[in-house]
Amino acid sequence: MPTTRRQFLHLAGGVTAAGTLPIVSLRPLQATPAMLTTAIRNVVGEAQIRTGRVKLDIPPLVENGNTVPMTVSVTSPMTAAEHVKSIHVFNEKNPQPNIGNFYLTPSSGRAQVSTRIRLADTQKVVAIARLSDDTFWQIAAEIVVTLAACTEEMN
Amino acid sequence: MAALINVPAKARRGDVIEIRALTSHIMETGFRHTADGKLVPRDIITSFACRYNGAEIFRADLFPAIAANPYLSFFTVAKESGKFEFEWTGDNGYSSTASASITVE
Repeated sequence: MPTTRRQFLHLAGGVTAAGTLPIVSLRPLQATPAMLTTAIRNVVGEAQIRTGRVKLDIPPLVENGNTVPMTVSVTSPMTAAEHVKSIHVFNEKNPQPNIGNFYLTPSSGRAQVSTRIRLADTQKVVAIARLSDDTFWQIAAEIVVTLAACTEEMN
Repeated sequence: MAALINVPAKARRGDVIEIRALTSHIMETGFRHTADGKLVPRDIITSFACRYNGAEIFRADLFPAIAANPYLSFFTVAKESGKFEFEWTGDNGYSSTASASITVE
């Protein structure tokens, strides 16, 4: 039976996938580097961090890591009884794991902060919100960076 | 240092308003090297605060991962006419201030 185009492509695709597999497995996909974990624990302590309530708006693909727009918002009524106390943003692969800490009050009205950040590599960004009842909520986003920031030579 | 502040000139009482603040600063990370291998010392803004008629409504700790010319946008409830004061402090004794006024009806 002559090999059809479909069969050939299927086979070729399989070979490529198998060929790249060892390279991929060298870098753990979802593993959180120790520095990121430590930085998060410094803020959160032993408290449990739940996923949700926080929204992280950041482009999934950036050409220039020197200035990446980022917006963090948290679902909260922002009343004296129930509000967001602070928002903490971390990264996985910059030389330092911290990006920024932002402190809000009930008079903020809306729990939303925007800034521009630097990303030294394709990596994960984590945003954690501390609510007035001292619960912690988080969200993570993967960002692909084609031109890195922070460590390049100065001209 | 030059700062660019964006606060609505007028607002109705109880409105949630956006405040945007940009200041010019190199935000040198302290991780870069010159062509001959010397480390460029860190020079960043480490702290930002905004006060509304004297009461602090927003504060931020900044790290080298904040881009040059730090930009911050945040919200507050327009309560009364008055003044917003902004303050940036950082490495090497850096300090700068700016202010903006608002009329609340």
